[in-house]
Amino acid sequence: MGDLFDGYATVKAARTYEPKRPAWDEMFAMPPGQSAPVSTRDAYSQIHSALARMTQDELRGRTDALASSYLAQGVTFDFAGEERPFPLDAIPRVIDHKEWQSVEAGIKQRVRALEAFLADVYGPQRAVFDGIIPASLITSSSNYHREAAGITSANGVRIHVSGIDLIRDEAGAWRVLEDNVRVPSGVSYVISNRRVMAQTLPELFVSMRVRPVGDYPNRLLQALRASAPVGVEEPNVVVLTPGVYNSAYFEHTLLARLMGVELVEGRDLFCSGGRVWMRTTAGPTRVDVIYRRVDDEFLDPLQFRADSMLGSPGLLLAARLGNVTIANAVGNGVADDKLIYTYMPDLIKYYLEEDAILPNVDTWRLEDPGALEEVLDRLDELVVKPVDSSGGKGLVVGPAATKLELDELRLRLIKDPRGWIAQPVVQLSTIPTLVEDGMRPRHADLRPFAVNDGKDVWVLPGGLTRVALPEGQLVVNSSQGGGSKDTWVVGHEPLYGVGGPRSVQNLVAGQAASTQSIPIREHAPDHSPLDRPRGRGEQQEQQQQQQQEQEQQQQQEAGDDAGLDGAGPC
Amino acid sequence: MLSRIAESLFWIGRYIERSDGTARILDVHLQLLLEDPWIEEDVACRSLLSVMGSSVSDDRALSRGDVLAILAVDRTHPASIAYSLGAARENARRAREIVSSELWECLNTTRARMPRRVSSEKVHEFFAWIRERAALAVGIIESATSRDEAWLFFTLGRSIERADMTARLLATRSLTEASGPSWTTILRSCGAYEAYLRTYRGVPSARNAAEFLLLDRLFPRSVLFSVSRAEECLRELEPRSERVGTSDQAQRLLGQIRSQLEYRPIQEILDDLTHQMDDVQDVTSAASEAIRQRYFPTNAAPSWTGES
Repeated sequence: MGDLFDGYATVKAARTYEPKRPAWDEMFAMPPGQSAPVSTRDAYSQIHSALARMTQDELRGRTDALASSYLAQGVTFDFAGEERPFPLDAIPRVIDHKEWQSVEAGIKQRVRALEAFLADVYGPQRAVFDGIIPASLITSSSNYHREAAGITSANGVRIHVSGIDLIRDEAGAWRVLEDNVRVPSGVSYVISNRRVMAQTLPELFVSMRVRPVGDYPNRLLQALRASAPVGVEEPNVVVLTPGVYNSAYFEHTLLARLMGVELVEGRDLFCSGGRVWMRTTAGPTRVDVIYRRVDDEFLDPLQFRADSMLGSPGLLLAARLGNVTIANAVGNGVADDKLIYTYMPDLIKYYLEEDAILPNVDTWRLEDPGALEEVLDRLDELVVKPVDSSGGKGLVVGPAATKLELDELRLRLIKDPRGWIAQPVVQLSTIPTLVEDGMRPRHADLRPFAVNDGKDVWVLPGGLTRVALPEGQLVVNSSQGGGSKDTWVVGHEPLYGVGGPRSVQNLVAGQAASTQSIPIREHAPDHSPLDRPRGRGEQQEQQQQQQQEQEQQQQQEAGDDAGLDGAGPC
Repeated sequence: MLSRIAESLFWIGRYIERSDGTARILDVHLQLLLEDPWIEEDVACRSLLSVMGSSVSDDRALSRGDVLAILAVDRTHPASIAYSLGAARENARRAREIVSSELWECLNTTRARMPRRVSSEKVHEFFAWIRERAALAVGIIESATSRDEAWLFFTLGRSIERADMTARLLATRSLTEASGPSWTTILRSCGAYEAYLRTYRGVPSARNAAEFLLLDRLFPRSVLFSVSRAEECLRELEPRSERVGTSDQAQRLLGQIRSQLEYRPIQEILDDLTHQMDDVQDVTSAASEAIRQRYFPTNAAPSWTGES
């Protein structure tokens, strides 16, 4: 093995606290009681042997190439007014196909339950009547919008795109950390990470059957079209962006580009006669589906924030009339409220009559009797999160916080117990990551993306792996120094069911048949008569001939000179 | 203009376009081999080579690396990028007095900097560089050449080569239905993917994608566009309008293939894509030959023969 993994598990920098249980390392199996990694896990064995052939310098060179490619493509984020390439680590995360199947099933289940929940809370509210969730939970959620009641898209879908954040706990089990059903971002990084990895580190892909991710824009477009208002034959889909200054603008352009649809800003749209139009050189063009990347509050100044310039007045009315579909639906935020999250296992059972495939992380609701006291007591060993935020904003990791921060937090919790939840500190699983010191374990989470077209929930194989680059850091958001990894779902099993139109047999048969039956008539490239390829003999001949001519010419010139000399004295 | 110069310009156009087209085809197809694990490497490499007109004996399995060596960096292989770049530079040297210094320097340095081998992680970078150099050369000509005969011959060469390259690319599709590249790949290889998406909205279907690459009147890499452009150049070169038909063999050939594509139902073309693309390639070769005979009719250069 090269120097790449030297000191992988041995170095322990001074930490502010020592975790009770060590994190699960995804590449190396570490038996209890030993400090050094012993064996490579199966899923990673090929990657590990490919990497072992590389030196650290080589890998660093490739990492630089990844970064400069991102800088050239404009895959950057703004860091203190400077454009930095989005950090992508060269070591991919590998998930075995078999394991992925259960994750996939868990996500599908969760999305179906969330859909049912949203349809319910903006409709009959059966779950409240049946006593599954308290009514106050919904009414007190800052993301519950009464304005959205009664707005349903033609095929009933509200969560066209979701990003369910997952982590692996200390035992390696997958758990749901939070649900994102408003405007989850990051899928553009999944697509561009894969492309740039294949371009820069091709040898890692060799002999690995990595499931491709490029189908996402197409799936999304199909789902958006499927949700278009009834009676529209060729739905006009647009992506609504807040504009070039938005931190996810790159993603908006990439999705619009790969779906081949218009990317619009609020000022490009106007509502008239209960319909939404966009201003084009050919006059107003009707818009049927808006994939909006603008938050609820900014979408329609007539309904929400009156000072918003990012949306278009009248949008919600058009949606209520059924003339336009807004995706994801307005008011979805109530479903990813972190208190609702704690009810998800119950809701899955209530709506689907199934047990949750993916468990939650244990969570205290501070309004439960006795919970607040217990949490306040153990504040220095818990993670406390505000219920209505995303992106790791406002989150406090107890063991890493100072006394002052904890005291402040304590006051806030007492004042507003509805606004917070508490969880034990979960040591997220670690994956080898190239940092300053070399290859080191770093904590990572996973955001798989799911697209719902009304018939089926499709889960993008893989997803965005975010990794916290500072040692011991558990918050992975890119706004807090997080990087990313390409995520590979790998398996040797074919994707196609036996006997289906694309089954292995058919595939093999198809290949064998067509390669033999179609005669290939080759067309050699044309060449200019002077540049046409010559045989070696011919070439030499020509060179010799030219040389001879030159020699003759030189002799002749010499002769002429001699003649002149001879004639001189006359 | 001297026939010899015109010929050089014509071939500069063809060779620049060829290096660009070859780089695009290779880039996307080699990348595809990596990204899609369900492809037989040997079969895919062989079909790629034969489409580019340079199949090799089948005594050993071919890999990505072999294709790269043969079609990209081998200076002696007539279908390689290196060969095209060398030939473009030679042609520019022969017409040095007409070719602008800027273009000459561009072609000369491109040939000089052409690497002898490309390591696997730099492949994409290398193809991007080839595309950039081709774009630079074309840009120099487009921005600073008078629209006279010189420009017309150059553009004529480019257009004919473009039609040929797109036809070859479409042929890669018809080779092996199951293992061949998808329409997405094909569109991406000639830089048409995003233009296609904007035009048709949504996933490439066989019919739409083929239609776009063959028959689109606005997309400059479609066969129809390229052939029409070549015809326009020929008409401008010889503005005489005959009362009866056309007397120029090259125009005749190009017109025939254009009508054949333009007025045939797309489904018929698709059913018979291989042969149709064969036809296009035959015509570009024949038209090129007809242009040579008409505009640069070089007799075989006289040379001495030994007495024995």
